[in-house]
Amino acid sequence: MMLGQALRDQQRELTIFRNRLLLSGFLIIVAFAILLGRFSWLQVVQREYYHTLAEQNRISVVPVVPNRGLILDRNGEVLAANYSAYTLEITPSKVANVERAIDELSSLIDVTSRDRRRFKKLQEESKNFESLPIRTRLTEEEVARFAVNRFRFPGFEIKARLFRSYPQGEVASHAIGYIGRINDADVKRIDEQGLAPNYKGTDHIGKLGIEGAYEKELHGVTGSEQVEIDAGGRAIRALSRSEPLSGNNLVVTLDLRLQKIAEDAFQDYKGALVAIDPKTGEVLALVSKPGFDPNLFVDGIDPQNWDALNNSPDKPLNNRALRGQYPPGSTIKPFMALAALEYKKRSPEFTISDPGYFTLAGVPHRYRDWKKGGHGLVNMHKSIVISCDTYYYGLANELGIDSIHRFLSSVGFGAPTGIDIDGELAGLAPSQEWKQKRFKQKWYAGDTVSVGIGQGYLLTTPLQLAAATATIANNGVPVHPRLLKAVQDSKTQETRVVGPSVARDAVVTNPDHIALVRAAMVDVTRPGGTMAQAGAGATYAIAAKTGTAQVVGMKQGEKYDEKRLKQEHWDHALLIAFAPADDPKLALAILVENGKHGGSTAGPIAREVFDYFLLGKKAVSKKPLDPGSDDEEHD
Amino acid sequence: MISRIFDMITRRIDGPLMAALALTLALGLTVVYSASGGSSFERAVGQGRNLALAIFALWLFAQIQPQLLMRLAPAVYLAGLSLLIGVALFGEVRNGARRWLNLGVTVVQPSEIMKIGVPLVLAWYFHRREEGLRMRDFAIAAIVLALPVGLIVRQPDLGTALLIFASGFFVIFLAGLSWKVIGSMMVTIAVAVPFLWPMMHDYQRKRILTLLDPMEDPLGAGYHIIQSTIAIGSGGVLGKGWLNGTQAQLDFVPERSTDFILAVFGEEFGLVGNIVLIILYMLIIARGMMIAANASTVFSRLTAGAITLTFFTYAFVNMGMVSGILPVVGVPLPMISYGGTALLSILVGFGILMSIATHKQLVSS
Repeated sequence: MMLGQALRDQQRELTIFRNRLLLSGFLIIVAFAILLGRFSWLQVVQREYYHTLAEQNRISVVPVVPNRGLILDRNGEVLAANYSAYTLEITPSKVANVERAIDELSSLIDVTSRDRRRFKKLQEESKNFESLPIRTRLTEEEVARFAVNRFRFPGFEIKARLFRSYPQGEVASHAIGYIGRINDADVKRIDEQGLAPNYKGTDHIGKLGIEGAYEKELHGVTGSEQVEIDAGGRAIRALSRSEPLSGNNLVVTLDLRLQKIAEDAFQDYKGALVAIDPKTGEVLALVSKPGFDPNLFVDGIDPQNWDALNNSPDKPLNNRALRGQYPPGSTIKPFMALAALEYKKRSPEFTISDPGYFTLAGVPHRYRDWKKGGHGLVNMHKSIVISCDTYYYGLANELGIDSIHRFLSSVGFGAPTGIDIDGELAGLAPSQEWKQKRFKQKWYAGDTVSVGIGQGYLLTTPLQLAAATATIANNGVPVHPRLLKAVQDSKTQETRVVGPSVARDAVVTNPDHIALVRAAMVDVTRPGGTMAQAGAGATYAIAAKTGTAQVVGMKQGEKYDEKRLKQEHWDHALLIAFAPADDPKLALAILVENGKHGGSTAGPIAREVFDYFLLGKKAVSKKPLDPGSDDEEHD
Repeated sequence: MISRIFDMITRRIDGPLMAALALTLALGLTVVYSASGGSSFERAVGQGRNLALAIFALWLFAQIQPQLLMRLAPAVYLAGLSLLIGVALFGEVRNGARRWLNLGVTVVQPSEIMKIGVPLVLAWYFHRREEGLRMRDFAIAAIVLALPVGLIVRQPDLGTALLIFASGFFVIFLAGLSWKVIGSMMVTIAVAVPFLWPMMHDYQRKRILTLLDPMEDPLGAGYHIIQSTIAIGSGGVLGKGWLNGTQAQLDFVPERSTDFILAVFGEEFGLVGNIVLIILYMLIIARGMMIAANASTVFSRLTAGAITLTFFTYAFVNMGMVSGILPVVGVPLPMISYGGTALLSILVGFGILMSIATHKQLVSS
């Protein structure tokens, strides 16, 4: 019985076991069917969706930054170039303690305090997730040393990048300008112009000069590369690539050698020089002294250098050629003479007897000539040669300010010349209307008298003076000064020459008037003229006019005594000139700050530039510029 | 001579089961090679070594008579239990869990021993009480099961606890636990869930929430599931080809050679590969059930059944988790995932199955 019971139990248990095993088998089939359903859903129905997700995961499109175009002078000398170098960059958001990480880094590779200061400044100006350079131009050895220790520096990355370099350093820095890191204002501008896609991956942009003005030509077209990335965001390999299109090379009108000669000729003086081809408007030299080294700006300037440049009393960052507004002094006289001839207020023969001063009818004030006792009998020719003030006091008074304004405006004063780089100032060619608007004051006859000798409200930039001088040299036909000569298209390999702009109407219609002024300006450089010394021995004819611009005003009857004045209050020396006088190849305007007399300081600079340009010779022995050597020609 | 040696070696090996196992293991090796980057043999060779050891263990356990195994069962269980207590008291903490015990000579994970120990001891218990099981026997069995599972849950190692609970539950279930009790247990669990919820660890709660909505935390807890479903889904019907899975090769799939190796497999071999794998698993399970059904003693049949069903649980939980229908618990894909311990315990299990399959004639005679 017991045994039977046990056996039956055993049999019952076996049945239960087998039934339950069978049930389990059924459930297992159901479970696998569910899995199979899930796999089918993922791999058949949803396959496209997940395929897209996987591709998005693995593929990232990275921009390929184009090479920036080169800047060459008219003879092919390189003014701005690119070189490839390694930089070490930090993404601050990926580093817990940037300061400490840099400390640690400096045990591996050199990090100067200048690097640190520059980095700190960059960090303040940038967003946290941007990659910022801590060191540039790493040597191969430094790269290797860092690579070995890379694991210690998360958020640090070595990058091979193209750098901008300005091999000429300070030379022509104001014309070439520089590139710098893109800042918020740049980003806004790029966005507004719809160029944002083309600037992906680019972190530098032209800021000033040619670099700034021709950014579009120089930048090129950004390419792209599809890269496969891993989950950590590292690029594994390139899948496809659309090549970037390099920026176009620019050939500028500058003649580097002439530019150097001109800059050197200034010696230690501050000032500006603009040299223009009077037939085409091409600017062959554009000097603003002192200059600066544009290389400092490329990767963010460090605060120390920035302060030195920005706070220097010499204002090296100020482009005096375009932005310096000075009274033209006596250099305005040839234009005044032309205005009087054109408006028939003076004939060439009209002669005054100069007592050494001028008075307006009914006013006791005496407008003095620079020469006590006067120049005797003075006609128009002589008025230019000896720079007679009295002659022009009367001439201006008879022309009236609005005629003067009209003529000076026609030769380009009082408005930007439209040169193809930014930042140019307009100067000032005053008129009655202007004074009313500006000061709510009536124009007085005395105001006009001062303008007659280039003082008073009249202000010009050296560039405007050069352009106006070129107009005389070009027989009264104005030209647009410009810096771009040709564009070497990187796509077609063709060179597009920038032709002279649309021919303009002559502003001086009578060739005799030009001939008269030109002849007088030639005599300025001959014995008896105000630039006789600097003109001596020239094998070609130079036409010129000297000038002086007061830095501090003087009271009536006070005598200008340079010994009592600090040097920074000495008068500025000015000069306009062109040569050869009969077939002008070069027109100049020169400003020498605190150079006192146009003939003595600016004259030798002009002579050196002309000698080099026309004869190809360099000054053999350079005498220091001496502002005091021609006292008697105090214009 | 050679055939006699071959016969000696293969005497205790079940041919059909071994064939299915060998195919699956070979497949596993190729996937491990791919999942380790497809350029270095280091992992594949390492897995090969693990495999050699595990196959030897399989062979060894296949030689051991089930009766001997039964006699050893209580000792194995007690040893395992004391080691688990040792872990709770002196265990090493790694990755925030106390699972390892340093024995001076070697570091062991005692929960692995219990994967075999629990079903053996329960089968042993029911075998001894075969004259007629009462409710009391099931209650005792429940305690025997609850002790190690509770200790492992506390480590915490929810995945392993679940598998050990499953293996024990299968023995009890196959032994004939009444449906009434099973039904009321299920009701109890359903009722207990709201109370268990606050007792769970943060990461465990997160895993369950993540399953419900992986996009809620796409870079954190949801990342695993999102990337593995992308991998499987993008594989399509035919797969991207061996070594060509972008998700896997570019490191988007986390733990791709261990717990998430199915994502690599599904991406590179597609739906076809998954079907082949499921068929292989089903063949193994079917053979295991045949062995269990034909086993001659209560101990043998309960052990064989529990081992087979536990194997199924391994496969299903892992595949469900990687394809996003079950929460993420640390369970490797049996015989495919890289790792020696899991492989060893699974092949030891199959060794016991083979022993049961090949020793039954002796018992019945």
